[in-house]
Amino acid sequence: MNKKRFSFLFSILLVLSMFLAACSGGDDNADGGDSGDGGSDVEQNLSVNINTEPPSLHPGLAKDSTSGTVLRQTMEGLTRIGKEGTPEEAMAESWEVSDDQTVYTFKIREAQWSNGDPVTANDFEAAWKWAIDPANQSEYAYQLNYIAGAEAANTGEGSLDDVGVKAIDEKTLEVTLANPTPFFLELTAFYTYLPFNSKVAEANAEWANDAGDDYTTNGPFHMTEWAHSDKIVLEKSDTYWDKDAVKLDTIEMIMVNDPNTELSMFDNGELDWAGAPTGALPLDALPALKDEGRLITEPIAGTYLYKFNTTVEPFNNANIRKAFAHAMNRQELIDNVTQGEQLPAMALVPPTMFPENEEGYFPDNDMEAAKEYLEKGLEELGYSDASELPAITLSYNTSEGHQKIAQAIQDMWTQNLGVEVTLNNQEWAVYLDSVHALDYQVARMGWLGDFNDGINFLEAYRDADGGNNDTGWEDPEFQELLAQSATETDADARQQLLKDAEAIFMDAMPVAPIYFYTNNWVQNENLKDVAISGLGDAQFKWAYFE
Amino acid sequence: MAKYIGKRLLYMLISLWLIVTATFFFMRMAPGNPFTSEKQLPPEIEANLNAHYGLDQPWYVQYGEYLLRILKWDFGPSFKYKSQTVNDLISEGFPVSFLLGLEAIFLAVAIGVLLGIIAALKHNKWQDYTAMIVAVLGISVPSFIMASFLQYFLAIKWGIFPVARWEGFMYTVLPALALASTPMAFIARLTRSSMLEVLANDYIKTAKSKGLSSGAITVKHAIRNAMLPVVTYMGPLTASILTGSFVIERIFGLPGLGAHFVTSISNRDYTVIMGVTVFYSILLLVSILLVDIAYGIIDPRIKLAGGKKGE
Amino acid sequence: MEISKDKFKVVGTQLEDAEKISKPSLSFWKDVFVRFRKNKLALFGLVLLAILIFMAIFGPMMTEYDYKQNDLANKNQAPSSEHWFGTDDLGRDVFTRTWEGARISIFIGVAAALIDLCIGVIWGGIAGYKGGRTDEFMMRFADILYGIPYLLLVILLMVVLGQGLGTMILAMTITGWINMSRIVRGQVLSLKNQEYVLAAKTLGANTTRIMGKHLIPNAMGPILVTMTLTVPSAIFTEAFLSFLGLGLTPPLASWGTMANDGLPALRYYPWRLFFPAIFICLTIFAFNVVGDGLRDALDPRLRK
Repeated sequence: MNKKRFSFLFSILLVLSMFLAACSGGDDNADGGDSGDGGSDVEQNLSVNINTEPPSLHPGLAKDSTSGTVLRQTMEGLTRIGKEGTPEEAMAESWEVSDDQTVYTFKIREAQWSNGDPVTANDFEAAWKWAIDPANQSEYAYQLNYIAGAEAANTGEGSLDDVGVKAIDEKTLEVTLANPTPFFLELTAFYTYLPFNSKVAEANAEWANDAGDDYTTNGPFHMTEWAHSDKIVLEKSDTYWDKDAVKLDTIEMIMVNDPNTELSMFDNGELDWAGAPTGALPLDALPALKDEGRLITEPIAGTYLYKFNTTVEPFNNANIRKAFAHAMNRQELIDNVTQGEQLPAMALVPPTMFPENEEGYFPDNDMEAAKEYLEKGLEELGYSDASELPAITLSYNTSEGHQKIAQAIQDMWTQNLGVEVTLNNQEWAVYLDSVHALDYQVARMGWLGDFNDGINFLEAYRDADGGNNDTGWEDPEFQELLAQSATETDADARQQLLKDAEAIFMDAMPVAPIYFYTNNWVQNENLKDVAISGLGDAQFKWAYFE
Repeated sequence: MAKYIGKRLLYMLISLWLIVTATFFFMRMAPGNPFTSEKQLPPEIEANLNAHYGLDQPWYVQYGEYLLRILKWDFGPSFKYKSQTVNDLISEGFPVSFLLGLEAIFLAVAIGVLLGIIAALKHNKWQDYTAMIVAVLGISVPSFIMASFLQYFLAIKWGIFPVARWEGFMYTVLPALALASTPMAFIARLTRSSMLEVLANDYIKTAKSKGLSSGAITVKHAIRNAMLPVVTYMGPLTASILTGSFVIERIFGLPGLGAHFVTSISNRDYTVIMGVTVFYSILLLVSILLVDIAYGIIDPRIKLAGGKKGE
Repeated sequence: MEISKDKFKVVGTQLEDAEKISKPSLSFWKDVFVRFRKNKLALFGLVLLAILIFMAIFGPMMTEYDYKQNDLANKNQAPSSEHWFGTDDLGRDVFTRTWEGARISIFIGVAAALIDLCIGVIWGGIAGYKGGRTDEFMMRFADILYGIPYLLLVILLMVVLGQGLGTMILAMTITGWINMSRIVRGQVLSLKNQEYVLAAKTLGANTTRIMGKHLIPNAMGPILVTMTLTVPSAIFTEAFLSFLGLGLTPPLASWGTMANDGLPALRYYPWRLFFPAIFICLTIFAFNVVGDGLRDALDPRLRK
């Protein structure tokens, strides 16, 4: 009966909509452009979804992945992360590194901006200093803090003139770093390190606000249309130095912020790509897509974790923290809740950086150990039974995914440890506020790597009052190891120092890692050579349809 | 009448000022700020940003600045969308939401009133029950579920309409239907119930006994009097429908204004919050004023302007 | 024709007969009841409502499952003899959760509707009846409340009061009554100048009596219709508030949150949306027909 009623409603609506469609008469300009396939001349038009309006396409102001996705196609830095995932020559055709690894001298290649201006060392100096200049309100300027004097200038304590970036001549850029930074060539591919056309920027401070003549680019694609909150259209740039490698003619980036709609449009042939890194797939679709063999999964450098507030009972006790970290069945959670073939995380730094972390520091779902730690912890705190523990609250920010994970883990803790756990869901900004203020017991957080190096995951926990620590934990030994790693010039020795630091961290367990992120997506079968880096960023420079 | 409208316009300004004031203090009381993010900013940088945007000023200076901006109809730059001003956001998003809203209102009123009249005239017959079932579905299935259903069946399964986006008339049909479903059902129910009420009144019975056909009766007397609650409901509805719906826009990937009402608040994008609130409030207050004026036209006995004695 | 006198007989006055009314005497409410009982559809609605409430009380006990117990291995199972309504994404029994959710959703729907009704009718009634400055002040107050961004209000409520049932109901009714008050005001404005109200006034009836006996009963139609809209909107507002962290804390279930969670799974596991949605519809249907039946029964003009 109910079904009947539904179909009745739909038939009414159907009739109605046909009526309306008939009324609309001839204006049938509607049907969107399908990229036709087949034939010998394959059209090279890519259509992807980037979810939302990019907040800024100015390299100095961008601070989010959506803006990064667009900038990575239109602009080019000194280096570019190549297809193999390592930095390769881009705007810099070569470079030299001083013996103490603090001075980099880049040779800029003969290259042009899209308006014909040459790309010069000066463009880099100007762009970086623009971001560092506190007057420009760059919220991501701290990404440039590896450069000598950058932090001081950015916080207003030093002068811009003392920042270690200098255009020696038109084509030579000298960069002085504060410390040896083995991943610096990775950083120069990051969007805060991108150049801009200093001539245009001088003439028009608002050059980055819209597509047009002033939005000059030096990358593989040029932006020809920016309909805010609707779509961005990129076209192959004919001034790009490596334009022969670029095969796509256009990239249409639409902004649809609903995973189900995105997948439907993909199934309809309106999109060539659905899911990470540019968009997102609906969680409930993952098993079906997996069964159909369409789902592509790649690990990326990111860790989903639960932070413990180490300043209040019971999580001021390391054994209690360990008990909770052990009493999770991560694999079960991944198979049934997150469903994106994530890797169970029993370590902080993702295996894309520390390969041995695929194993981690302890076995997953180790209930024996969990119970032992709980016993020990209860004893140390002076409780006789888990039920005497203070009420435990697990906080997360408003999102369906986090909510599901929290419910699953709540159940695991209740079943395995016999503790009462309540959930606390907060609006994003409220949540961040309370986590930063240590006003929580257990709180979920995710950390996605900014660059491909372990220090990026570890340094947040250096100081208890550091901006991203949020656990109240610190350890002098840990701090010492990190300090040593900053001056260590030998790559292997440095890696070892970082690993030792991680071992100390995992022994204290101020956070319980849960899983390492993956990217999941489906793509047009004819689309080839989209490069996804270890950080999970997409580049379409080499992409083509066959 | 002119005097009444003049007085109402003055009240509107006062209401608007109170809304702006309350919104200003509420948004500053809410935890977080435009620069809150997962990766925390160094404190010196945050202080610098606060100084640049004037967030370090005492509250009355900031408050005064907002009032001044509203007077000049220049809401300033968005904190989040660095390439756009709040005025840009509104002028780009509003036409989309407006068009869609107009279509939805038209659908809701036309179909709703029609269904309601049929149901009332055929009281307790099958037409009445059918209209009732449609209306119950419309009322109890909220627009976001309706939107997903419409999209799934009409666009994905049967391919009659495009799935999403904003590229022509065909693209507006499904979102407009989804937006219209609840108001339509509600209007149908309201019309039916007040029609029944009116039809039972003596003057209709008189008209009938005078030999007027029942068609003429409905048109002449009943509908006009039954429209009062519908018009009442239409006031605030118009304002909210014309300024867009967050969920509908998201599901159909539309670049409308509705998204900003939600995202500006989660971004703590103060200037955008203010801009869209002022914009929406003006529409709201105007449409409520229009409703009150419409009362006098529909039912001449209603006297809003004068004292209690009427004539 | 001739009429002879002997065809008539004087019977005299019989006191007891003078007071006799041939139709059995009915009190107002008894009369309402009789007329309501004759309305088949309304009766059906009442029975339906009784069944829903019965199931809300006893439904969760009919299965061996607990509404909050996860069973990840059996997630997203289609309805079967094992799980009558299937399972959700954490393997919880949808049948159990549906009836567990019925308790909360029906309670919230009815509570919100009643609160909105009380505030709305009083506020709108006074504004409409008094008119002039009072009306102006009261309705402008409602406009202002309506103009402040709702999400902002909700966030502040959450921060200040914390989560809980009370906060949620407050959040729901803080603006919920405004629609009702507008509708009532419009009706009262139109009714207050009608002859019978003027007559009652002339006869010296006080304001309370005029409102209670004349204005509100005659505005009952639109009031009941508005109420039937309040119930589903409260059910879904609850879901929205819970999603924001203001309402129920998971794993507690309600129809609104279940429908919310089930919606993205529409294409894959439709039962997760279907069952809560269908019971919301049935509840609203029942409320609607009962409301209509009540209105008809209460309306003296429809008396035969």
